[in-house]
Amino acid sequence: MSTNRPPPPVHTLLMRGIFEENPIFRLALSLCPAVAVTTSVKNGLMLGTAVLIVQVLSSMSGSLVKHIINPKIRIPVFTLIIAIWVSAIDMILAAYFAAVYQEVGLYVKLIVAFAIIISRMELFSMKHNVVPSFWDGLGMGTGFLAGMVLAGSFRELLGSGSLFGIAVVPFKPLMLVVLPAGGFFTIGLIMAIFNWVDVKRGHKLPSNTGGSHG
Amino acid sequence: MADAKVVSPNQIQVEGPLPADVGAIRLVRSADADIPLAVTSVKPGEKADSFLLTTAETLSKQDHYLLTAKGVAQPWEIAPSPLGLLISLIIGSALINNFVFTRYLGLCVFFGVSKSKDTAIGMGVTFTIVGLLSGMLSWALNTLALVPLKLGFMQIIAFIGIVACLVQAVDLILKKVNPVLHKKFGIYLVLITTNCIILAVPLLNATSGATLLQAFGLSLGAGLGFALALFLMSCAIEKVAMAPVPIVFKGLPIAFIIAGLFALSFLGFSGLKVA
Repeated sequence: MSTNRPPPPVHTLLMRGIFEENPIFRLALSLCPAVAVTTSVKNGLMLGTAVLIVQVLSSMSGSLVKHIINPKIRIPVFTLIIAIWVSAIDMILAAYFAAVYQEVGLYVKLIVAFAIIISRMELFSMKHNVVPSFWDGLGMGTGFLAGMVLAGSFRELLGSGSLFGIAVVPFKPLMLVVLPAGGFFTIGLIMAIFNWVDVKRGHKLPSNTGGSHG
Repeated sequence: MADAKVVSPNQIQVEGPLPADVGAIRLVRSADADIPLAVTSVKPGEKADSFLLTTAETLSKQDHYLLTAKGVAQPWEIAPSPLGLLISLIIGSALINNFVFTRYLGLCVFFGVSKSKDTAIGMGVTFTIVGLLSGMLSWALNTLALVPLKLGFMQIIAFIGIVACLVQAVDLILKKVNPVLHKKFGIYLVLITTNCIILAVPLLNATSGATLLQAFGLSLGAGLGFALALFLMSCAIEKVAMAPVPIVFKGLPIAFIIAGLFALSFLGFSGLKVA
C-alpha cells in the first residue's frame, strides 16, 4: 500500500489495457456483458462506454481515499464506491438514452459486480496516485470498450448483416452468431485469434487458462 | 369461499350456486379487470352443485381470474396452486431461462471454477444457499423499505450491500459453527460477491414487482440452474483436458466453444412449458 514505486509511463498504461492485458480477451474478466449485449455494435458501444466511465471514476476515487480506509475493509468500501458511480451512470443513461437502455439496462446495473473494475482498484489504485490511476482506468476501460465493439461488429455483421443498424449486406450470413450460443462462439474465436497472432509473432502464450477469477 | 379452478384450456369448474344464464356471469383476468372474457356456455358438472364454464378464449392455469355472477354476493377467485406456480418458476429459471446459458450471467465464476467436478459441486451448493438467502433478504428490503419510502434509486447500493454483508456473515458463522465445512466451502464464499447472478436476481425481482413466492422461485431456480450449468461444464472440461486441442484454442477459447454448444442445447428447453 505504498506509493514508493514510480508508476509506468502513460503510454504503457494505456496500451497495456488495450492489448496485452485486454480485460475481455486476455484477463478473461467481465465476460458476462461481452457475451450478453454484443448482439449489436450500438449495445456494445453503450455498455463499453458506461464501463469506461465507471472504471475511470472508480479508479480515481479509490486512489483518493486509499490512505483513509482500513485495508481490512477495502473490498466493501471499493464495492460501495463502484455502486455509487454505477447508480449515477445508470440514471443518466436511463434519462438520456432510453431506447438502448431498454435492452442493456440490467447489465448496466450489473457493472457493480464486474470483476475488472474492482481488480484494477485493488491492483493499481491502492498503490498509485490519482493521475496514474486515471490513465490506468482509461486504458483498461478503452480495452474493454474496444473488445465490446469488436465482438459487437462481428456478431451484428454476421448475424444481422448490418452495422449500427444500417444494412451492409442484403442477407443474414450466419444467424447463429446472434443467438445466445453465438456469443460464446464469438468470444472463444476472438480469444483464439489473439492467441494465434501471439504464436505467429513468436511470443509465448500467456497462461489465460487458469487465471480467470471473478 | 366456494371453489373454482381451470380444468382445461377453455373450461373452468365452479362449485357453488351459479346462475344458468351466460349473460349474468362475468369473468375477467385479475390483471386487467375491465376486459370481460366471453363465456360461451354453462353446464352442470359431474358433482352436485358444480358447474362447467366454457370460454371462447384460452385460459392459463398460471393466471389469476375473477368470476362474478348476478345474485351471488361473493366472487370466485381463480388462482394457480402455490406449489404448481413454484415448480413452474423454478423450472423456468433453472432450465428454460438458465442464467448462464441463456442470460449469460455469472460467466467469470462459471469459467473459473468449472475445472473439476469437486469444485463445481462445492461452488454450486454454496451459491444456491447464499443466493436463496440474499434473494429473499433483498426482496424483503425492497418491498418493505425501498418501495414504500420511494428509494428505488438506492437499489444497486442496497442490494450489493446485502450481498457483501451476507457473504461476510455466512463466512463468520460457518467458521465458528462448523470449521470443517468452512474449510471446504469457505473459498467459494469469497467468489460469490463477484458473481453477477447474485445481484441480477434481486434486480429482476424488483423490476418485475415479484411476490414472495415468485421471488423465492426465481432465487432458488437461479441457484439450481447455475449449479447444474457448472456441473455439466465441469464434466465436459474434464474430458477435454485429455483431448488433443489445437494450441491456440487451449484453455479458455475451447471452454467458450463448449459453453456455446451447451447454450445451443439449452435452446431446446425454450419450448418446454409447465402446465
